[in-house]
Amino acid sequence: MEIGLNHYLVLSTILFAIGLVGVMRRKNLLLLFFATEILLNSVNIAFAAISHYYGDLTGQMFAFFVIAIAASEVAVGLGLLIVWHKRHGKIDLDQMSTMKG
Amino acid sequence: MEIYLYLALFSPLAGSLFAALFGASPRTKIAGIVPSFLLFVSFVSSTVLLTHILSGGDIVQVEMMTWMATGDLYIPFGFVVDQVSVTMMMVVTVVSTVVHIYSIGYMDHDKGFNRFFSYLSAFVFSMMVLVMSDNFAGLFIGWEGVGLCSWLLIGFWYHKESATWAANEAFIMNRIADLGMLIGIFLVYWNTGTLQYAEAFAAMGDLDTEILTWMGIFLFIGAMGKSAQFPLHTWLADAMEGPTPVSALIHAATMVTAGVYLVVRANPLYDLIPHVGLFIASLGAFVALFAASMALVNRDMKRIIAYSTLSQLGYMFVAAGLGAYWVALFHLMAHAFFKALLFLGAGNVMHAMHDELDPFKMGGLKKAMKWTFIMMTLASVALAGIYPFAGFFSKDLILEVAMIEHHYIIYSVLLFTAGLTAFYSFRLVALIFHGEERYKLFGVHPHEAYKFMLIAMSPLLILAIIAGSFKMTYFEMVTAVLPATEYHVHSAVTYWIMTIGTQVFVILAIAFAYKKYANSSVQVPDGTSVMENRFCYKVLSNQYYIPYFFEEYLVKPYRELSTVFWKQVDLKVVDATVDGIAKAIYGTGEKTRGMQSGNLSTMLKWMVAGTVALLSLAVVFGLAVRYSGEIKTILSGLGVQ
Repeated sequence: MEIGLNHYLVLSTILFAIGLVGVMRRKNLLLLFFATEILLNSVNIAFAAISHYYGDLTGQMFAFFVIAIAASEVAVGLGLLIVWHKRHGKIDLDQMSTMKG
Repeated sequence: MEIYLYLALFSPLAGSLFAALFGASPRTKIAGIVPSFLLFVSFVSSTVLLTHILSGGDIVQVEMMTWMATGDLYIPFGFVVDQVSVTMMMVVTVVSTVVHIYSIGYMDHDKGFNRFFSYLSAFVFSMMVLVMSDNFAGLFIGWEGVGLCSWLLIGFWYHKESATWAANEAFIMNRIADLGMLIGIFLVYWNTGTLQYAEAFAAMGDLDTEILTWMGIFLFIGAMGKSAQFPLHTWLADAMEGPTPVSALIHAATMVTAGVYLVVRANPLYDLIPHVGLFIASLGAFVALFAASMALVNRDMKRIIAYSTLSQLGYMFVAAGLGAYWVALFHLMAHAFFKALLFLGAGNVMHAMHDELDPFKMGGLKKAMKWTFIMMTLASVALAGIYPFAGFFSKDLILEVAMIEHHYIIYSVLLFTAGLTAFYSFRLVALIFHGEERYKLFGVHPHEAYKFMLIAMSPLLILAIIAGSFKMTYFEMVTAVLPATEYHVHSAVTYWIMTIGTQVFVILAIAFAYKKYANSSVQVPDGTSVMENRFCYKVLSNQYYIPYFFEEYLVKPYRELSTVFWKQVDLKVVDATVDGIAKAIYGTGEKTRGMQSGNLSTMLKWMVAGTVALLSLAVVFGLAVRYSGEIKTILSGLGVQ
């Protein structure tokens, strides 16, 4: 059986669903970052697959952009995480409710 | 000449604004003196204009500026000084100058002294706008302006419940009539395309009688309110709650005659519709008798004079309605002088008696108040129409007009009313100045008014005596714009019988009044005498139960209707709707607050929920667009277009 576009898209959807559940369920900030990474990378797979399917490089370039931006986002996020951990000793999401309206 | 026109018009305004500067500060004489002086300036300017017109000069007409210009509608602030308006200007400025100077003394002890002069001058300005405007719109501004100032001045002592009530009554009644007036003005504009007097009246000749009749009727409704004609008359007697100079200026000499002025000004219109004129004359005759009868038994000095004003306004409307416009205007002028004098005299008496208004509690005041006694007696003589005083020339002329126009019923009513007028005027004089000094029972020590007040009144006295001698000069002047019908009884015998008959009748009425009320047996009525318990006395002293009728059958149902609307419609529908919207928003806010828990995890969940919702919507719409053809077929199969 040839591996076609649909397989990649199904994989991407499954990864996206896993990431989404992770975003909703995780209470640990570090694992929340993992879940976000899964979300972003599922999209990258879709981009690369569709780009290959159409023979157009734009999608792959977009995927590179996403990787670059995700890296910098994680860099900033981890920095904040460390500061938060130093201050509170925990990285539990339920504790972070100073924005309560 | 234009400068005099502007001076005459705007001096009172300047005076009013000047006095208004002192509105909040304590009583200062200057707030009374400056407006009085500025009114004198206005009077002098009016005199200059009068001599200009009298010496055959052209009519002065100015267009100060454009007020409204939209499409075909063009209304300027235009003013005209012609023979009619200059007469009114003279009346207004003479009486108001006298009243202003008099008020400096009269309001001497009043806390609202400065405010009073501000209002009074503002009134004079509005009245000048009313009489000098050369179009209906300007007339209407003045009309509303005098109504406003009348409201302010009737309710001048606003801490008194009765004064505020009377002020509101006057204002509301006038508003009702003003609606009629406004409709009349709309009709004029609609049918002639202009509001300028000259052009509008020129265009009226080509219109249907029916339209002209409606115009005449609606304009006259406005005049009825301002001039307090039946059935809108009740406010005038209640307006006596205001300070007495106000009654003299506004409710005797000037504002209430604005209705007569309107009819005189619109004479080309009323000439085209003589049937409306006859109605005006008949109503006038009715009001003359009706008001005089109420004055017969009244026990309030100022109200008696107010009814007398009402009655004389009826005379003026008779003359105006029968087409004798110049006679109406002449009586207006003569009446303004002696009636203002009568009111100012009554003001002196009130001051002397510490605001006592019941003439039965006075008596014998002629010793203490010699000059007031003389002035009020002469004013009453003029009002009664004894030769050679002003009233003789103007009032007898109206009787003659009625006779010559063959309206014998109107003539007899007016003749009978002349007798009543003489009787109640001298009943008042006799009760106040003659007989026993009944005031001693009440421990009052009367004193004469300030000398300068008496001097201020003297021009009115002189005019009340000699105004009749202006008749021919006046006739030659105003007939340049008014129909120049001379009224002469055809045979000399009839004329002398009429004149002497009227004089004898009037003198008998005076003698009867003196006999009945000037003797020492007059007592303060206590409600037990035979006369007071007669049916007709009760009807008259209750003003024919008309105020009672208004209260019972108009005010009370209206109030109840308002309560129903307030409780049922306003609270349950309008308020409920507005409150409902507010409550819905508040409620949504309360319920959705939980979303803002500050918990990142919860927020992320909401975000995902939102994304899912938006995506589903996008999918649904996308499908709907793709299968729109099929959906249409299904819908049309179900009978939906």
